[in-house]
Amino acid sequence: MIPLNVLKVLKVGIVSCSGEAIPGGTVSRIASRKVLDELRPDKTVTICLPLFIAAGGEERKFAADYPTITVDGCEKYCARKSTEKLSGKPARSLLIPEILEKRGMKAPARLRNMSTEEKATIQVVAEEIARTVDEVLGTKE
Amino acid sequence: MKEEKKKVVVLACSGIGKVYGTIARETVYELMERVRPDVVVTICLPLLMIDDPDAKKLVSDNPVITIDGCPKCCSQKNLEAQGVKADRSFQAIKFYTAHKELKPDGIAELDENGRKLAAIAADELAQVVDELAAGGEK
Repeated sequence: MIPLNVLKVLKVGIVSCSGEAIPGGTVSRIASRKVLDELRPDKTVTICLPLFIAAGGEERKFAADYPTITVDGCEKYCARKSTEKLSGKPARSLLIPEILEKRGMKAPARLRNMSTEEKATIQVVAEEIARTVDEVLGTKE
Repeated sequence: MKEEKKKVVVLACSGIGKVYGTIARETVYELMERVRPDVVVTICLPLLMIDDPDAKKLVSDNPVITIDGCPKCCSQKNLEAQGVKADRSFQAIKFYTAHKELKPDGIAELDENGRKLAAIAADELAQVVDELAAGGEK
């Protein structure tokens, strides 16, 4: 049996706001997917946020099983609040308008078919999530 | 006096793990932006999870259609958790089984088949939207 004190955290759970009705939600979903598929594929897992209610049981252990980063598309903080309420306290919470403001970038206005300029915000947010993953894991790429 | 038509709320699966979640969302966008822009509205599904009062009122006062991307039926169940039953519920995969020539791909962004499938799904749902808007349930 492995002693608990030598167990290392190997993966981070990313919980994205689904934000179907706001452009920040689109950015959140696609940026999170980019981290999962391209930027940190071996270090991240995810869960569909509404599964905390729809599935219950095992899914609600998500934040207990993984240190979790929530990514919200607006100040209503659905991802952070739902994770806190139904699963456990996130290790970090990211807010897309804050990330973009720090970079002096304008928030996208469209829900889909984003312009090149709007798509650039997705890359910026994805990189911020990836950096936060490294921070949580205590590694740097 | 002309009777004002109700809005129809269409809730999509929030999934970011499977292509059919994206098909569900794209179908909602097609309904909102192209097929029935003055009638169909949507909300972010997790607003129901945080008990947002405006979101709760919207789904309580208007007919609701859910489109789910997998058998876990998150949109339908999150709605039911608010004590509201969907007037109609659909699974995105059913649109594919009816149009097998359009096998969709892509989660972050749909391929051409996926976009076509979502457009067809929205066209097929237009009649359901019209029925509900004309005074169906609620």
